[in-house]
Amino acid sequence: MKITLTLNSRTITADVQPDTLLIDFVRNHGCSSVKRGCETANCGLCTVLMDDMPVLSCSVLAARADGHVIQTLEGLQNEAEEFIGFIADQGADQCGFCNPGFVMNTIALLREIPDPTDDEIKSFLAGNLCRCSGYEGQLRGIRAYLESRSNKQNSEDI
Amino acid sequence: MLKIKEYVRPESLDEAYELCTRRGNVILGGMLWLKMQDRSINTAIDLQALGLDNIEETDNEFRIGSMVTLRQLELHEGLNAQTQNAVAAAVNHIVGVQFRNLATIGGSIWGRYGFSDILTIFMVLNAKVELYKGGIVSVEEFAEMSHKTRDIITSIIVPKSPCRAAYISQRNTATDFPVLTCAVSEINGIINCAIGARPGKAKVIHDLSCDPKTAVDEAIRQLTFGSNLRGSSRYREQICGVLIRRAISSLQNTEVHP
Repeated sequence: MKITLTLNSRTITADVQPDTLLIDFVRNHGCSSVKRGCETANCGLCTVLMDDMPVLSCSVLAARADGHVIQTLEGLQNEAEEFIGFIADQGADQCGFCNPGFVMNTIALLREIPDPTDDEIKSFLAGNLCRCSGYEGQLRGIRAYLESRSNKQNSEDI
Repeated sequence: MLKIKEYVRPESLDEAYELCTRRGNVILGGMLWLKMQDRSINTAIDLQALGLDNIEETDNEFRIGSMVTLRQLELHEGLNAQTQNAVAAAVNHIVGVQFRNLATIGGSIWGRYGFSDILTIFMVLNAKVELYKGGIVSVEEFAEMSHKTRDIITSIIVPKSPCRAAYISQRNTATDFPVLTCAVSEINGIINCAIGARPGKAKVIHDLSCDPKTAVDEAIRQLTFGSNLRGSSRYREQICGVLIRRAISSLQNTEVHP
């Protein structure tokens, strides 16, 4: 069957099988940041944005994405660059396998709640599993980014 | 592994119903549980084009389309004001935001899963299931209906009544399936309690005492508990008493809405 969707601002029309998963579709179209992890909809590695909402691409049929807008980390490099260095500075990237899914969901978090509390960060990112870090590094990284952004805004206001 | 021979996005409920009555065809909800199954489907029926993804609020009720996601339930101000955030409390431990952006209320109710937080909370809110052909039945009645029924859930209806509600679940670890789920409501002065993940599906205990200790005794007398890898029946029974006591106590500290 033929589907047409927007992937990272490019309109793509392609033939897919009815049971092709979105994760396979986007990886076959050059988006290798989208990782295959648990395949049981638990780990968050395969997170993409579908119409601006974070979803698990391992659990969405490519056919269901027909007519929708899909974004992966390949299309959101500038937005990710704003905070990813702060997370790296905290040593939160160890094996790095969870990182693309984590970054995608952090983008969604900061769009929905621009100035989140620790509880809101933990709650929003609960669906992104990391086997290396214990999550404290990521939390410190996001906090450091928010603090830096706030300081920058304050100095601009002065 | 899930295999699908054909994918269809019907443009009317008639078309969807006609397709779903054929053997081997399946309606897609969020597809999260379905995707875990090792089975072959003739036609996967996707309801996304039917406008069932909205929560409509009137003076008398909330009409929740069956394709509304758990995340929409979590964030809906009216529904959560009516229930003192019990609806949000019932869904916000379910895996993660990405999962809840996919999982639908229709799929969750249709599955009548033992572990279902959704079934548990909507049972005590006196919610009703609207079926395309089967009419309107209470969630409690729907939970007992045969899984072989061929129909489509079009919406879940939550009546607006002066209500106090509370939801608590016990999980071995965050985002895991629950060991036990507990929802309590007080509507028109009557306290009802639903206990799920026993590990069987949720069961309602009607008209409980407002005294927490008496309510626990009344509820436990009417419930059966089983064991699985998440907990033993004895553990569940102990936890059940704690959850009911806490939920009823928290009702007493909340204002009736509206």
